[in-house]
Amino acid sequence: MKTTRRSFIKISGAGLGAAAIAGSSINWADGSVVNDAIPRAKNLERTPTYCEVCFWKCAGWVTKNEQGDIWKIEGHNDDPHCNGRLCPRGTGGVGMYYDEDRLKTPLIRVEKNGKQVFKEASWAEAFSVIGDKMKKIAKDHGPECVALFTHGSGGAFLGHLMKAYGSPHITAPSFAQCRGPREVAFYSTFGEGVLSPERTDIRDTRCLVLIGSHIGENMHNGQVQEMSEAIDKGATIITVDPRFSTAASKSRYWLPIKPATDLALLLSWIHVIINEGWYDKEYVERHTFGLDQLKAHVASYTPEWAYGITTIEPKVIRETAKEMANASPAVIVHPGRHVTWYGDDTQRLRAVAILNALLGSWGRRGGFYNPDKVAIPSFPHPPYPKPQKSYLNALQGKYSLATEVISNGLCDVTTPSPQNDCNIKGWIVNGTNLIQTLPDQKQTLKAIESLEMLVVIDTMPMEITGYADVILPECTYLERYDSIRNSPHREPVISLRMPAVKPKYNSKPDWWIAQQLGFELGLDDFFKFKNIEEVLDWQLKQVGSSLAEMQKLGVKKMKREYNDLYMPEGVDYPFNTNTGKIELYSTEMANAGFPPMPVFTEHPQPPAGFYRLNYGRTPQHTFSRTANNANLLDIMPENELWINPKVAKLLGITQGQYVWLKNQDDVVSTFSIKARVTERIRWDSVYMAHGFGHSNKKLSRAFGRGASDTEMITNVMLDPVMGGTGMRGNFVTILTENPQTEAAS
Amino acid sequence: MRYAMAIDTKKCVGCSDCVVACQLENNVPIGYCRDWVVESTSGTYPNLETEYRSERCHHCSNAPCVRCCPTGASHIAEGGVVLVTQDKCIGCGACIASCPYDARYPHPDGYVDKCTFCIHKVRKGEQPACVQVCPTNCLYFGDLDDPNSEVSKKIKERKYKRLKTEAGTDPQLYFLI
Repeated sequence: MKTTRRSFIKISGAGLGAAAIAGSSINWADGSVVNDAIPRAKNLERTPTYCEVCFWKCAGWVTKNEQGDIWKIEGHNDDPHCNGRLCPRGTGGVGMYYDEDRLKTPLIRVEKNGKQVFKEASWAEAFSVIGDKMKKIAKDHGPECVALFTHGSGGAFLGHLMKAYGSPHITAPSFAQCRGPREVAFYSTFGEGVLSPERTDIRDTRCLVLIGSHIGENMHNGQVQEMSEAIDKGATIITVDPRFSTAASKSRYWLPIKPATDLALLLSWIHVIINEGWYDKEYVERHTFGLDQLKAHVASYTPEWAYGITTIEPKVIRETAKEMANASPAVIVHPGRHVTWYGDDTQRLRAVAILNALLGSWGRRGGFYNPDKVAIPSFPHPPYPKPQKSYLNALQGKYSLATEVISNGLCDVTTPSPQNDCNIKGWIVNGTNLIQTLPDQKQTLKAIESLEMLVVIDTMPMEITGYADVILPECTYLERYDSIRNSPHREPVISLRMPAVKPKYNSKPDWWIAQQLGFELGLDDFFKFKNIEEVLDWQLKQVGSSLAEMQKLGVKKMKREYNDLYMPEGVDYPFNTNTGKIELYSTEMANAGFPPMPVFTEHPQPPAGFYRLNYGRTPQHTFSRTANNANLLDIMPENELWINPKVAKLLGITQGQYVWLKNQDDVVSTFSIKARVTERIRWDSVYMAHGFGHSNKKLSRAFGRGASDTEMITNVMLDPVMGGTGMRGNFVTILTENPQTEAAS
Repeated sequence: MRYAMAIDTKKCVGCSDCVVACQLENNVPIGYCRDWVVESTSGTYPNLETEYRSERCHHCSNAPCVRCCPTGASHIAEGGVVLVTQDKCIGCGACIASCPYDARYPHPDGYVDKCTFCIHKVRKGEQPACVQVCPTNCLYFGDLDDPNSEVSKKIKERKYKRLKTEAGTDPQLYFLI
């Protein structure tokens, strides 16, 4: 087979049809004599949905205007994810539907006059191309050599397709680029993960400790709401962050830690709590394993030792430890969510888990509750074929405690190597812009270059779509059914998404795409349903509801099977670990050859003239997914580079000036970024929101706005325990002159 | 009846959800807004304070915009809510110039537009869109003449500030601090 020179193709707009302009059909000024700019809403139709702008998946109602098009989306009062209040992105989700830059019809990469271009195609043509490629890969290499990268609800049906086809390689970047280390750390300690939504009982906590977690800027709705409730109730908030985050500004204690030293602080907190006898003695004695080993292990980790490393004064370390102990067990040392920082992240999160165990917060009110969810059976299908090989063979035992497929691991084994018999040959990418998601873009592009097939299923042209062989336009969540949202919470709760309107353009839902591809591959037996309504109705009837009922209710809360939201007091409880106890000393880690208790390792600090690149979330956007959304762009059009005034003065940078970044590997940012000179950041680091600096010109609003942090992340520190990609060890210099102009002259 | 709003700056995270919800509810064109978020930071690292607050028309009891309106388009409606009658507005902009809070904007359709406290929703017994949507529940709307309304209770319980009271406008936004 001819190797593809996979040049980036800008999707041609010609012939794609004129788009309806957002909002043009909504016009409330009805010309009456006295109109106080007041909408005169009649009885407008509303349909239930759950949001797809981020993974929190809040349930809501979509209301249509008098013209029958989408007007607004509001939160569902019965949904514990949002309690009737969507976040800005959910409210602005409307913009995703109206976006005139959406993918409108299937596109196939073809060669024309020696140039690669996308040709508009019918769905049948597109399926036939994909079907042929998938059959060929299955025949030549095995079906295991096709991988699915997915983030979002479409993953359920596409995942089913992959398993029916015979591939176990289904991955979401949310594991190895985000929350993986905390799940693995909590599994090793408590035998259970933190899950999503997090099982943190913030509304009833008396002390919330945030370590680099910027709730309020990360708009994980339920948590933001509960933090606000905790503030109302007078809970103590302790925030550890080198940046004066929004959460820090709401906190009783802000610990402006030197970046990359968090583990030292955690270990000294453990030291203080054990040595002062401030831990929950009855709980620790009854439920935990390894206190003596832990005590010996942390003996040298005194606050005075940590002071030299973290710059946090010993007095403050002791005082905050006391605050936690006073609130115990209604205390949460929050595990965070995006925790792939320095490559020793599982160990850092182990320290967080241990601290919670000592404070007795796991399974206690105001700490971590025990979530419950409904068991919804799968729609009947034949047994999946058993995969014959796995990418793990190629990893030769590395990352042995990973509990999910490692996306960057799949990316690595896509690049051919002699020792690897499971090279991935085909990618199906759904709802995740891998170019802006996986660190080390060079590596990602190298892997893409080796592929025989790259299919992208998305609603928007993204950076990744430019590299696709076939692009399939998915309709937005407002135009489709999806699988039932079934999330673990205080009460089991299910939620329905149904189309508010017909899909715009020639876009289609994922369930249909998966089914049609199934037919193309001869997997008809796995897709024996007329439509998704049949699947949903069957599934809902198994759990005491029905599609008709859910169309009316939107959200249904179920009863917990047992009264076990919190652990029973004063009795033994079987934990799902090797010892049946909460493992302060992890036998699982020891057996796998990792330190059984977290050991502090020093991470490099930026050399002179360089600043650590920190990045994070902003309440107005989700990853790189929403940058082109007109409603959200209106409230945040670009990201800014936070620079301490001392640094700005040194470099002669003024407020609002556009600057460029150059990292330790001489990678220069494609676009400039606006300087935000602020006291809210330390002098040794800079900060920017993730998800900007789009280079696909088809994103007519987002193109070239702000800079991409991912582009600057070329130094990746891999977590040996689970393969997470530590991304906070990149150092940048700030350029005030346009480097491109310089290079061009 | 005296409608007012209290904004809890201790809870506001500055997410701008109030802005998006208002834009959609009231069909405010993209690029314009009836409400907005202000962030103010004081101090030097690491001794800092940051305040977020959601702002909009203060629905002043002594409203300069109403006094200076040559056509009577700007007027005070029930509960002291300051409104603009679109068809009477000639877009002269006197009100925009007179507002100490910069709460009004010229709508591209030729009239001046501003926050209405979502009076169309309030009349139906609902909350303004910004109040209804706020994820941190930091906005309280209600009748100050009713001592049991949430806004009355908040103002009684908490310390608050009002903005630019020196302008003599008697503004009806109360920022809880």
